[in-house]
Amino acid sequence: MEDDLLVADNIRCTVGEGVLFNELSLVVRPGDLVEVRGPNGCGKSTLLRCLVGLHEPDAGDVRRTADSLYFGHRSGICGRMSPIENLRWFAGITNARAADESIGAALVRVGLGHARRDVCDSLSAGQQRRVSLARLLVSPAPLWILDEPLTALDDAGRDLVVELLDRHRSTGGAAVCATHQALIAGPDVPAAHVVALGS
Amino acid sequence: MRLFLTQFRRDLLIAIRSRSDAANPLVFFVLATLLLGLGAATELTPGVIWVLALFANVLAVEGVFRRDHDDGTLEQLLIHAQPLFPAVMGKLAAHWALSGLPVAVLSPVAAMMLVGTTTGAGVLMMTLCIGTLALTLLGAIGSALTVATGRGGLLVAILVLPFYVPVLIFGAGASTAAMLGEPVAFQLLALSALLAGCLTAAPFAVGKALAISQEY
Repeated sequence: MEDDLLVADNIRCTVGEGVLFNELSLVVRPGDLVEVRGPNGCGKSTLLRCLVGLHEPDAGDVRRTADSLYFGHRSGICGRMSPIENLRWFAGITNARAADESIGAALVRVGLGHARRDVCDSLSAGQQRRVSLARLLVSPAPLWILDEPLTALDDAGRDLVVELLDRHRSTGGAAVCATHQALIAGPDVPAAHVVALGS
Repeated sequence: MRLFLTQFRRDLLIAIRSRSDAANPLVFFVLATLLLGLGAATELTPGVIWVLALFANVLAVEGVFRRDHDDGTLEQLLIHAQPLFPAVMGKLAAHWALSGLPVAVLSPVAAMMLVGTTTGAGVLMMTLCIGTLALTLLGAIGSALTVATGRGGLLVAILVLPFYVPVLIFGAGASTAAMLGEPVAFQLLALSALLAGCLTAAPFAVGKALAISQEY
């Protein structure tokens, strides 16, 4: 369909001799939340890396019609720079013409308003995750690919992720999310589709 | 251009914040020059300075993508930078500005210490400017290929040294000829041609190698 943000067509990935997944098909449309579930080592991260284009599937193909944003296990944050410098760089490479005010506002939103000029190496693991989360607010990409976004976050951080997801979906965005906990959507947001791997 | 500048500024900033890492190639070059000056009984040729600059370059370029790979900024760059070419160029330009360029600038001093004359020092500096840029571009291919293996070091040196040889031959040749007062146009042109080739092809090869490095 025309408004599909992402179509994965019969993709297959192997690691060594083992098959992680085979003939997996997936369509993501605006407003969707796709949760990828499964035990450790079942290929969740590999699937997400395929979807965002970092990994070439062994068979099948992935078509993205929209910009995507990837939130992976590696923070994507340089420890020698401050949160605000990191986000400025991120806005620069994504062509998101984010002004410093909107970057500052994003950092306040994720609870780092006071630490915006500290070097990221001096922040805690959870705070660094929050800097990564601020990318979601800076980027206009309609498709979010999130790999265990709740890792290292406190309860308030989890609520923030759920809130950001709800808002993103209600404004025409979509997300694919690998997670071990169900992301309970708000009352007026459709429930998630679940892709179960490793069964 | 925007991508180039974004990446160039970021890498300069990081290099300034981690001074000790960024100064490594220059420190190596200076120390090696001093020790050679003390150890060598006779006067040397400018080719020796070229070899020192080349080793300083291999040492430096080996880790050019390591930090970015480890903290995940490299994968963000690969996903978002469209096209990748200017971002890679920005990164390598920043790297060269802090490794090859200072070595080239200091080379007349090294020439005075090791060769005993500053005749042809201008040509030496110019060939080092052109040459180290070409070396950085070539070395970055090896560095990109090995970034995900977690051990560059000698592996990068073995991969890229054969490609360094033509640059070394023309660079050292021009520097020696200039010292002897012979014409250098041919070597300079050959060196520039090598640089032109590296400038056009290397960033694409680096981009491709980086994309492969993310497959695991």
